[in-house]
Amino acid sequence: MINSLVSIAFDGLAFAMILFIISVGLSVTMGLMGFVNLAHGMFAMLGGYIAVSFVRDMGVPFLLGAPLACVAVALVSIVLERLLYRRLYGADELQQVLLTIGLVFMGIAVCTFLWGPLNVQLDVPLYLKGQVDLGFRRFPTYRTFIILVSFVTIIGLWYGFERTLLGAKVRAAVDNQRMAETVGINIRRLFTLTFALGSGLAALGGALGTEILGLTPTYALEYLVYFLIVVAVGGLGSLRGAFAASLILGIVDTAGKYYLPAFGAFFIFAVTIILLLWRPQGFYAR
Amino acid sequence: MEQPAHRNPLRTAAIRPAELLPWLAAGAGFFLFPDYLQLGSQILIMVLFALSLDMILGYAGIVSLGHAALFGTGAYTAGILSAHLGWSEPLSGLLIAGLVAGAVGFVCGAVILYTRGLTLLMLTLAVTILLQELANEQEHWTGGDDGLTGVVMEPLLGMFEFDLYGQTAYLYALAVLFVVFLAARTIVNSSFGQSLRGIRENERRMHAIGCPVYRQMLRIYTIAAVMAGIAGALLAQTTEFVALDVLSFERSGDVMIMLILGGTGRLYGAFIGAPVYMILQDQLAKLSPEYWLFGIGALLVATILYAPEGMLGLAERCRAWLVREDTSSGRPERSES
Repeated sequence: MINSLVSIAFDGLAFAMILFIISVGLSVTMGLMGFVNLAHGMFAMLGGYIAVSFVRDMGVPFLLGAPLACVAVALVSIVLERLLYRRLYGADELQQVLLTIGLVFMGIAVCTFLWGPLNVQLDVPLYLKGQVDLGFRRFPTYRTFIILVSFVTIIGLWYGFERTLLGAKVRAAVDNQRMAETVGINIRRLFTLTFALGSGLAALGGALGTEILGLTPTYALEYLVYFLIVVAVGGLGSLRGAFAASLILGIVDTAGKYYLPAFGAFFIFAVTIILLLWRPQGFYAR
Repeated sequence: MEQPAHRNPLRTAAIRPAELLPWLAAGAGFFLFPDYLQLGSQILIMVLFALSLDMILGYAGIVSLGHAALFGTGAYTAGILSAHLGWSEPLSGLLIAGLVAGAVGFVCGAVILYTRGLTLLMLTLAVTILLQELANEQEHWTGGDDGLTGVVMEPLLGMFEFDLYGQTAYLYALAVLFVVFLAARTIVNSSFGQSLRGIRENERRMHAIGCPVYRQMLRIYTIAAVMAGIAGALLAQTTEFVALDVLSFERSGDVMIMLILGGTGRLYGAFIGAPVYMILQDQLAKLSPEYWLFGIGALLVATILYAPEGMLGLAERCRAWLVREDTSSGRPERSES
């Protein structure tokens, strides 16, 4: 009993951390630009695929392949932002939704063409396989690694967000865009930068998370709902909110699938509806 | 209340000759493509579904990613009525399905229409997936993943058997579409429809002039739910099968894309978008599903960037450019916001 509870908490935590890393970029860009970006899951998927190509096909070491995938996806996202997204800043959300759904469709088609329709996984190096003893219990090494990497990322994000000039600018722009512009912050460059950063983080989450989420071309749609839930429940543009929402979602989902597998994702959506009705703007609305 | 003389909202209620075109085309389709009547009735059903989305999206400005919830409710109601309860009379089954979907729409709408923007989007999406999980889980009633089989239909009006070629199905779907369309047309041309457009354009101002915004939105949401339920029931009855995908996010997305391709807030957008989408899908998906997906994605992106008002909007703009006169006769232009 205790054993399974610990397992659920552990797996839930690993899942939650992946969710957080992927969704945090979406939260910040949505809060910052008010852009409903349904293609965010596509960036995570692309990160996974590119990492797989680096590691499996080109023999790049795992610890280098994942960051490289991040950079590649960030570059792709800058191009898309300049060419497409930028034209719809301030347009109504329906147009943004449709543009990005169109992008997702194209992304799915391209990924199916390049990597095939079947599930692929990022090969984990030997030293991350097996189990690790944490004193009171043994845990899967790779998931422990995911949790550690996520903690480091979160601390880095928190520091960047709260303690650097760039972070201050982003916070200012989320709170009041006009005012931020008035005091001389270059909003457009800030948008591009945060967009690329968010997409890169999504790619990192996508690359690390293939073991948990799997990786097929429909990934971009399948998990999109989860990422959106994190953002909507957590509150736009809020790191703390996204973190709290990821934790709830990750653990409730894992527990639900463990104890009542027949209901699938039922609990997640029930909880989401309740939370959204209780706090329509999310936990930590700015 | 007195209407200003220069703009009578009921003026568009007079039938223009061009409005007969889709019906003539649908009628001609019956004779010209006897081998494609199955696809034809599916197209007509999707037209009806897209029309129902147009009521909330195009007229009231409610962006929903979960319209399939209501479509699926109708489909499962009609299917379960026949497969489990032995109620196989099509017309009453259709009516019951519409009412059940309307009730579901009313309850959902009453809860979610308090929210706006991303929250509303997420709630519509979550409700759909919740219903889909429920349908998946209640295997006894819905057949779960395998779909609901055993739906049989009595002859329509006691006279017309549903035949293998889909002739009855096609004409049945067409007749239902026509009746529902007339109702929809009356609704959007009424003062109620006018107030919906007002809400779409500027909700705050409608509040300020004393329009019961929430009540009007709930009303149109319920009406659209009934229409979507009827569309779903038609699908269940004409194919005598209900699959889980009637409740899927993909179906909500498909119908929205159809409507956008055709043009929103025009009633006839659905009549253009649904056939174009479904015929393209039928043809391209045979070649390769990836081509189809890439094509529809590119088309969508292009539509949003270059023709945000859809094909009908594009046609209108071309005509305005050719004729060089104001073609907006009575229909207020949508403001770019």
